[in-house]
Amino acid sequence: MQMLKNIGGRIGHFGIIAAFTAFTAFPFYWMLITTFKQTNDLINVKNNPFLYNMPPTLENLRILFFDTQYMIWLLNTLGVGVLVVMITLLLAVPAGYSLARLAGRWGQQLAIGIFLTYLIPPTILFIPFSRIISNLGLQDSLWSLVLVYPSFTVPFCTWLMMGFFKSVPKDIEEAAMIDGLSRFGAFLKVVVPISSAGILTVIIFTLTLVMQEFVYALTFITSSSQLTVSIGVPTFLVRGDVYFWGSLMGACLIVSIPIAILYNFFVDRFVAGFTVGAIK
Amino acid sequence: MATVEARSITKSFDGSNAVDGINLLVKEGEFLVLLGPSGSGKSTLLRMIAGLEVPTSGDILINGKIVTLLPPKARNIAMVFQSYALYPHLSVFKNIAFPLEAQGMKGEAVKSRVERAAAMFGIGRLLARKPRQLSGGERQRVALARAVVREPVVFLLDEPLSNLDAKLRTTARDELQQFQRRLGTTTIYVTHDQIEAMGLGDRIAVLNHGKLHQLGSPQEVYDDPADTFVATFIGSPPMNLVEETPHTIGFRPEQFLPIECYNSADDLIRFPFIVTRLEYLGADRLVYGTLTTPHPEVKVISKLPTAVTVAVEKGQRHEFALPRKDLKRFDSQSGLKVKAQ
Amino acid sequence: MNRSTAAVQVRSPLLEEEQWLGRMMLAPAVIYIAALVGFPFLLAIYYSLSDATVGSQALHFVGFRNFQRILENSIFWTSLRNALVFTFVSQLLVVILGKILAMALYQDFRGKWLVRFLILLPWVAPISLGSIGWLWIFDPVYSIINWAGQASGLFGPATWPIWLGQPNLAMASVIMVDVWRLLPLATVIILAGLSSIPQDIHDAAQVDGAGFWRHLVYINIPLVMPIMLVALLFGIVFTFTDMIVIYVLTRGGPYDTTQVIASYAYFTGIQGGDLAEGAAISLFLFPLLVAAAIFLLTLAKRTEVT
Repeated sequence: MQMLKNIGGRIGHFGIIAAFTAFTAFPFYWMLITTFKQTNDLINVKNNPFLYNMPPTLENLRILFFDTQYMIWLLNTLGVGVLVVMITLLLAVPAGYSLARLAGRWGQQLAIGIFLTYLIPPTILFIPFSRIISNLGLQDSLWSLVLVYPSFTVPFCTWLMMGFFKSVPKDIEEAAMIDGLSRFGAFLKVVVPISSAGILTVIIFTLTLVMQEFVYALTFITSSSQLTVSIGVPTFLVRGDVYFWGSLMGACLIVSIPIAILYNFFVDRFVAGFTVGAIK
Repeated sequence: MATVEARSITKSFDGSNAVDGINLLVKEGEFLVLLGPSGSGKSTLLRMIAGLEVPTSGDILINGKIVTLLPPKARNIAMVFQSYALYPHLSVFKNIAFPLEAQGMKGEAVKSRVERAAAMFGIGRLLARKPRQLSGGERQRVALARAVVREPVVFLLDEPLSNLDAKLRTTARDELQQFQRRLGTTTIYVTHDQIEAMGLGDRIAVLNHGKLHQLGSPQEVYDDPADTFVATFIGSPPMNLVEETPHTIGFRPEQFLPIECYNSADDLIRFPFIVTRLEYLGADRLVYGTLTTPHPEVKVISKLPTAVTVAVEKGQRHEFALPRKDLKRFDSQSGLKVKAQ
Repeated sequence: MNRSTAAVQVRSPLLEEEQWLGRMMLAPAVIYIAALVGFPFLLAIYYSLSDATVGSQALHFVGFRNFQRILENSIFWTSLRNALVFTFVSQLLVVILGKILAMALYQDFRGKWLVRFLILLPWVAPISLGSIGWLWIFDPVYSIINWAGQASGLFGPATWPIWLGQPNLAMASVIMVDVWRLLPLATVIILAGLSSIPQDIHDAAQVDGAGFWRHLVYINIPLVMPIMLVALLFGIVFTFTDMIVIYVLTRGGPYDTTQVIASYAYFTGIQGGDLAEGAAISLFLFPLLVAAAIFLLTLAKRTEVT
């Protein structure tokens, strides 16, 4: 009887996991199949969509890379990403340290305050920004994104770094200071290297946020050569009423998978950052 | 009240045996201590008796009935955890009431039994508080009250005193024993502290690496250890062991005294001894030193109670002695006790 | 010299230097955020009280005229209602499903790393790209759901739902995509909360005789409640302010049945050119978010047990 219960429980457990995994992963699986399907195979309603009724092809990917500006968008996104990561690190790492070690009583309040900035989302700010950006002459330029993106990466990354720095034992810094370093010196030469995992998490998180951003890019940028992947694919890969589904799906997959792989390595730390500060 | 039996119980994790073929019978109303260092398998054994782990092989019997595969709630046992495991979001009252409500009991019946259990441990006035508002000692009492409220046939206690301050521990130990005597419930108690074990247990089961080394009363395990492990684990400072192949001889520090302490008519073994260090501990003096010819040059310890006023000085060569009857012999290879001739 | 004026308060130079250092290290981030969040926010408020348009630089103060116009506009109320329905339903589903999935993932099993990877996919994929994937899945002619439904017999021969074209179905589809992309985040957060419950508590409940449901309702859920509320708050903020999913899938249609505040603000302010009205519409997001945040965080604090 107990055995039956156990087996039933196991099957139920497996069933739940399978159902959820199917739900979350199916669209990507579908993207994968569609990417390699010939267009005629795709639009033939009589065909079983799960099968390759005509042989799989790389034509969609060829179109994607050579007939569209996809490569340029990828490079644009990467470029913006790298610059925004640098700015974010420059701002968030010292700020995080300051809140973790040097802020005293009002440190906690300020940390919460920084996080409350997320209650003023891009979907409120994009309207005034559209004016500001055009007044600054950055309309239609990727630099507008470089300028604005840190506004949503810095708060959370500051918070993340604050958590990481708090978990570094004070003894280590104090030993460094006794050995002759100043507080800032100890920060640079001892604390930052120890927190490399945290910094890596911040980098990955910032990169994914940059790659995902849509509203600002949609508002500020119009010429096709200045687009990021997040905007370019939905707006420019659709010629009139015709959707090049094969290429579209390929475009989505190529960006998603590497980010997913990267993310998997850091999800634990990322969540620790989310939750540790939230309750206190 | 019930007997508890473990028959050839084995539990393996990833290829190694945490508990290795242990046979144990706990008598009705007995206070049995499972004693051993960390990793000895004592907690695993307790959890298997509780039903929180399933043995790889072997059986657990409670009152003669095989319960090996039954879940904890079917065994009519109660357990007190090292961390007390109080439900942090429930009041003390609701914590103690939880097992009763899980059985479907409601209302007045629950209230009277909870209040009775709380009164037994003197925590009646804490019923409305939450665990985080209590001290360590108070939390322990709540855990005990929660355990007795169901009137189980067996109590399982997993190092319940180790989280208390040292001072609190002795009074708690005393109260625990009195409370067990009063209720008469069969109790199995896990600890790594041999003083606790000696003080509390009717019998002690000494475990190491998943195996049972000796089962006996405190006096038996102290005066007649079954092997070198039991001999050195129990007793503080530990028994002195000296290799004299094919035997290992052992003697307790408090019996290893300057020869002046003994009557020359006694049957004594003499040990020439060079003193290297003295520790004055108040009630005792510990003398550290090395033996010398004809014995191997081995470090040994002697424990002199203050009553012994013989002057011993560092660097001195002094003759120490031990009554022959108090000398233990163990086999050098297996460590097991060698029967006296 | 008067004794009492000799410094009673000895100021440590080290302490002062550290305070100064702390401020210097914090300042750039604070200034940046103030400039790029605080300032535009004030600007948004100013615009909402003006007649700003995309076309001209002229700017005149007009008081609450924009707000009045909005409140009389039925589309605004529709989009507010849609936004609330969208957020409420999707987040309810996310929290419940997330809890179930977190419980399933709590135990170790073979291949867990692969499952974790697959479960995380919707969250890490860029929102617009994931939405395009769903656009294809919901396609009026080629929808794989419809094809599979017909092929397996679940759908009758006359059943061919136009997922993004029929009013209620469109809202359901948009909700499904939002649940799909937020489920991983909620699951991971709730799983972290579950893992922080000491195993002892579960053991004690087992020994005390709690069955599956009692354990779930009286032990498990109360102890993860603070974290579940945090996950809920994040989900609400992400969903209520979202316009991407709607923009890609339906552009707010059919007939504004999936129009929400954020998308309506975009269409009015940027595409429509009326910056002032767009700003006014988007500002309605703020008080509702603040209310939700205060409510949920106080609740979380209250259910906190340590």
